[in-house]
Amino acid sequence: MISKKIKRRNFLSFATFLGLGATATAGWEMLYHAPEETPGITAGARKPLRKALNKTELFFRKFFGNDHHVKSYPKSMAAKEVRTNGDIGIDDTGFNPANWKLEIVKSGEEVLKIGIDEIKALPKTEIVYSFKCVEGWDQIQYWSGLKFADLISHYGLQSLAQKEYVGMETPNGEYYVGLDRESALHPQTILAYEMNAKPVPLENGAPLRLIIPVKYGIKNLKRIGKISFSDRRPRDYWAEQGYDYYSGL
Amino acid sequence: MKVIKEKHPLVMRWTHWINFPILTIMIWSGLLIYWANDVYKITIFGHTFVRFFPNWFYNWLSIPHRLSEGMAFHFLFMWFFTLNGIFYVLYTIISGEWRELVPTRHSFKEAWLVVLHDLHIRKTAPPQNKYNAAQRIAYTAIIVMGAGSVFTGLAIYKPVQFYWAAWLCGGYHLARILHFALTIGYLFFFVIHVVQVVLAGWNNFRSVVSGFEVVEKPGSANKSILNENPPAPTI
Repeated sequence: MISKKIKRRNFLSFATFLGLGATATAGWEMLYHAPEETPGITAGARKPLRKALNKTELFFRKFFGNDHHVKSYPKSMAAKEVRTNGDIGIDDTGFNPANWKLEIVKSGEEVLKIGIDEIKALPKTEIVYSFKCVEGWDQIQYWSGLKFADLISHYGLQSLAQKEYVGMETPNGEYYVGLDRESALHPQTILAYEMNAKPVPLENGAPLRLIIPVKYGIKNLKRIGKISFSDRRPRDYWAEQGYDYYSGL
Repeated sequence: MKVIKEKHPLVMRWTHWINFPILTIMIWSGLLIYWANDVYKITIFGHTFVRFFPNWFYNWLSIPHRLSEGMAFHFLFMWFFTLNGIFYVLYTIISGEWRELVPTRHSFKEAWLVVLHDLHIRKTAPPQNKYNAAQRIAYTAIIVMGAGSVFTGLAIYKPVQFYWAAWLCGGYHLARILHFALTIGYLFFFVIHVVQVVLAGWNNFRSVVSGFEVVEKPGSANKSILNENPPAPTI
């Protein structure tokens, strides 16, 4: 009888529909209430989501190209009021740029200390590009400084730079970033000592800050204190707050 | 006498229902991301008519200060959204279902007549096969929009590595605006879609779960035996 068939198919299809719906809801609840990852180099995200972020990073890293450059703009388009979004790591009073030296950790014992004048004597690279914050805003900014790749070659750090990651931290150690090697060595990555052709102001990261256009702003460390190299991911401030470690553009 | 009329193949139903929660999650997680720089508004002659979004809206949905969480969900579910969409499009092409879905050259004129009919201004509606002209336009447009969200999303997500996508979108700014506008588009689609589904009644709604509608066919009791075994459902 046709009405029996209709009833049967209705029942089967709706039972499946509701059953799958219940399963999907349960699955979602499981994900939403999944435990937070064990805090390590990364922290603050649910365990399965962190796994997904890491896997997605591996996928999209394949598309990285040294020849993929961010767009440059004329200097006239650079913002006069450069936006700062935080002072984590640079909020200690009594910091004197005159006493500052860039510290490059070559090994457990050997630390290379470089003054700002030495850095300024090396070839200068300028960049006018659209700085992108992970929050979703961007601003065209004009920075100049020493290409990180040039720092490596000048000080003969090539073997160190073979390691998978570069770590940088502020002198007080309160803000720190981890960079994959290829992003750090990207031709547009610079250690900037000038903003709008004038010395970087304190609030923008004086005397030397990282400008790495292939990453979101969170990786652009202000007031670089120490640089180190490692095959394991160095600690990263925002990765500990649930953000993607790679944060590459 | 009642007859089973097959309407929606299994794949159509699966991809439709899978998309619903996934798109919901994409929009929700997208809001968590958007909040971090929620600059869009509709301003005409200096007066702001709509602010996307007022604070009560964010608080109602517990949106503030969850950017990293939003990104984590968004970058996971984006895979399912995209793959489901591609699977659906491929299916409509391979199965030939696209012929029912893609607008014809008469569709734009006919769609207007459909709207007038739906508003009870016109008594008759133009002839249709499975979908009327307005549906053809809507169901095709929504796929173009979905592809647009994926493409603009990629341009926002990796504007350096996928610089060509960012360029085609007219730049990072415009990609973000388009991505947002498309999302508002889905919300409008959803409202109209649900209203139409409710108005179309149970027989129609059932068909997008069970696959068939029940239609009345004129005929005597003798003929019922011939109809005992309707053609096997097309999958």
